[in-house]
Amino acid sequence: MNWQSPQPLSSKPAQQEQGFSLRALHIDSLLLVLLLTLASVGLFILMSAGHENINLIYRQLTRLGIAFITMLVIAQISPNTLKRLSPFLFLGGVILLIGVLLFGDMGKGAQRWLNFELFRFQPSELMKLATPMMIAWYFSNRNLPPKLKHIFYATLFIAIPTLLIAKQPDLGTAILIATSGIAVLFLAGISWKLISLVVAAGAGLAPILWGSMKTYQQQRVLTFLDPESDPLGAGYHIIQSKIAIGSGGVLGKGWMNSSQARLEFLPESSTDFIFAVFAEEFGLVGCIGLLLLYFLLFARAMQISIQAQDNFCRLLAGSIAITFFVYLFVNVGMVSGILPVVGVPLPLISYGGTSMVSLLIGFGILMSIHTHRKLLSS
Amino acid sequence: MDTQFDLKNSYQESRLFRARALVSIIFIVILLIALLARMAYLQTTTHEKYAALSQGNYVRLSVITPVRGLIFDSNGQVLAENNPSYSLEVIPEQVPDLQATVKALSKIIPISAHEIKRFNKRIKQERRFNSIPIRQRLNEREVALFAVNRHRFRGVEIQARPVRHYPHSELVSHVVGYVAAINEKELKKIDTVNYRNSRFIGKTGVEKSFETELHGFVGYQQTENTARGRTLKTLSLAPPISGNALTTTIDINLQRVAYQALGDLTGAIAAIDTRTGAVRALVSKPGFDSNLFVQGIDHASYNSLQHSAKKPLFNRALRGQYPPGSTLKPFLALAGLEENVISSHGRINCPGYYQLPKQEHKYRDWKKGGHGNVNVHDAIVQSCDVFFYKLAHRLKIDRMHNFLARFGFGSKTGINLLGEKSGLLPSKEWKKRARNQVWFPGETLIAGIGQGFNLTTPLQLANATAIIANRGGIKRPFIVEKINDKAATAKQPTEPQVSLKKPKHWQEIISAMRDVIHGPRGTARRIKIGAQFDMAGKTGTAQVFGVKQNEEYDENKIVEHLKDHALFIAFAPVENPQLAVAVIVENGGHGGSVAAPIARAIFDQYIKVNE
Repeated sequence: MNWQSPQPLSSKPAQQEQGFSLRALHIDSLLLVLLLTLASVGLFILMSAGHENINLIYRQLTRLGIAFITMLVIAQISPNTLKRLSPFLFLGGVILLIGVLLFGDMGKGAQRWLNFELFRFQPSELMKLATPMMIAWYFSNRNLPPKLKHIFYATLFIAIPTLLIAKQPDLGTAILIATSGIAVLFLAGISWKLISLVVAAGAGLAPILWGSMKTYQQQRVLTFLDPESDPLGAGYHIIQSKIAIGSGGVLGKGWMNSSQARLEFLPESSTDFIFAVFAEEFGLVGCIGLLLLYFLLFARAMQISIQAQDNFCRLLAGSIAITFFVYLFVNVGMVSGILPVVGVPLPLISYGGTSMVSLLIGFGILMSIHTHRKLLSS
Repeated sequence: MDTQFDLKNSYQESRLFRARALVSIIFIVILLIALLARMAYLQTTTHEKYAALSQGNYVRLSVITPVRGLIFDSNGQVLAENNPSYSLEVIPEQVPDLQATVKALSKIIPISAHEIKRFNKRIKQERRFNSIPIRQRLNEREVALFAVNRHRFRGVEIQARPVRHYPHSELVSHVVGYVAAINEKELKKIDTVNYRNSRFIGKTGVEKSFETELHGFVGYQQTENTARGRTLKTLSLAPPISGNALTTTIDINLQRVAYQALGDLTGAIAAIDTRTGAVRALVSKPGFDSNLFVQGIDHASYNSLQHSAKKPLFNRALRGQYPPGSTLKPFLALAGLEENVISSHGRINCPGYYQLPKQEHKYRDWKKGGHGNVNVHDAIVQSCDVFFYKLAHRLKIDRMHNFLARFGFGSKTGINLLGEKSGLLPSKEWKKRARNQVWFPGETLIAGIGQGFNLTTPLQLANATAIIANRGGIKRPFIVEKINDKAATAKQPTEPQVSLKKPKHWQEIISAMRDVIHGPRGTARRIKIGAQFDMAGKTGTAQVFGVKQNEEYDENKIVEHLKDHALFIAFAPVENPQLAVAVIVENGGHGGSVAAPIARAIFDQYIKVNE
């Protein structure tokens, strides 16, 4: 590839502006500003949702610090290195997932953790990135659109971690990993014919699957789909969460005035259901603002993927962008009662550790992709 | 790889990717719109619903039941009060091991298997922060036993709730009445808002008649609560308004004397202060323990009360309708004088029977052989039937009816106590209307001695007697005098009168009634012995059972429940009267021997007290 500029980016004298030094540090200023804004909004809501527990804020701040530093470190690694690492990360991740199933710690009723004496680690978080990286790597060495055979292998790469994680059981993460893989497949250009075939087959199989289920299994699915049929059990979360959102109205009750969270009616108010607290306090206006903030992040990520210079970078960046928004959609969808309750946190805002780190590693990769571009004929 | 091909392919791949990225962006925009639409729906269209639910979540409305008003007698003695009833209650949320706690509790305080079963059932039904009773009606020993062991039982408390108690229960059971659990029929009538949490409602007597006054108004408290039920603060408080205290006219000491004077007899007594209309004693015997009803009477006890031949639940003084018998004679004598069908001194001969012109039937006098030559004074003193047959025959039924009606016969006295009966004062018009029959002259004669269709309540008799005592002045009887410190009844109508053409007739009748007691031939002469004051009265014996023309009434041969009722009406002192009394003893025999001494005992108590 000798037609490309051999000059390293840092030595370009034309870029003597503010963005230059940031770019030299492999930082995307727009992404960074948006991420910091969301994280700060998150801390404010956490103050209210967590019953003004200052320790909660300190711990979240520590996590954010670690996650942002990790992001910036990842941004330094060139996409080519990441590409080379992809199959190893994936393989290692799958082995760890099997390890979790065999030796994992139980946490909240599910085996998700591996205990490495000093820290606990969720291999499923690693797979959120390793899976799209693996498929992007797999397709990057081949012509696009992929052939049927390659699509089959790619599907296998998606299915293995998805099923292993669903078995833990952690449905939320399994869905996100499947999404990240499918996003790569879609962006790689699998034919619309094939897509419609899969959708049609799924629609056709569903009633057959339903018919073959036992009554109690059907009941479980029904409660899953309509939680309000069980207001004190499975439906309690979602009913209280809708009360919180709905009672917020257009302008909201104001910061620190979420009665649903303060009086402990809303379960998981600082973790998975923190969006309901935000909606109660800041109303429809706040929700529109927050969702647009998320959309801006997505848009910037998508722009990065479109501007990327090789298939690996395009596919990976696109997948990270789409998965990020689906992440948000699943959380807000479940909190507002249009999706079943699966344990997916609100990205960057929910209180919690591991998902924050993997999420920001994703943005680190995006920064890396964007800042390691080789400039064409400018 | 060929660079040329690579470039071309790279360009195509890049174009394909851009297309797919565009589709992805459109897809994500659709998801975004879906979320925004959902938020807009929840926060605008259904906002009010969820705002209400949110408020319902944290604001708990608790109802504070008002304290029921007390009932006093005229001396300030309590007739109905609210006593704490202690119950042992458990808050499941605060108890570490429920079954172990119940087991340990039952070792110090007896708890039946039935109570434990009921407790376990309620635990499943109620929220875990609610206090659930496990044992009710603890006695003081049990309360003390628990208090000593209390430190061992977290989440277990003794709760005291006010429960109605009647300290004089049987003495005033009919007058004061009782409260009991609200039934379905009452539930439809009451204001369910005001009765939220109220467990009791007045069922009879003053408790029922003044239910609205006694109940008071419910209070509310709005508190902010956490999901687990902990109260954080009180948002608003509307304190309940306690029920009003009632002061009755009943003099418990007089009531007791009257009650005890009846002994084991079945009957009723009404005693009215002639000066005001205040009912000082209203007794119906047998009485019953009204406290039984408050906490829920058991089936067996209720059945035995309900089906007892003596009907203890029946308020005879207010609702018992008896033939007045000879006690009606002073009123009829007044009617005769007023209508000029007899004169003060005119005499008739009493041969012991009376016959209507051209009729065979003999209307007998109670005294075989008759009373001889009697005037109206003698006829009252000796209770001569023949005199009154003749009087009635001349007066005719409708004039009789119209005159007696002025003394309140045949209509309610208007006492402020529910359930009063009006008795029956016959007339031609009444017989036509009620029975669709013509009036027979013979029926007039029987009515002339207070028999036949005539029916009066003891209260009516006492009221009519008071009118004579007042020389025509009417004081409507009442039993509740004060509501808190305000008069319960509207002022008595000014100068209500039964006015006679010749007012001296009052004195003539009263003097005859005085001689019933103080005269040598009076039918109640035995009760004058030792009296410190003059009394005026009239005995009566009411037939329960008709004696055939050729038979004689023989007291000893007749079964108990068919024996005559003994009646007595009286007032005292004759000058400046204070009290009018009516006594009815069911199947008691003669008024003079059975009923009159009871009246004397009542006068002794009341008049002595008031001097």
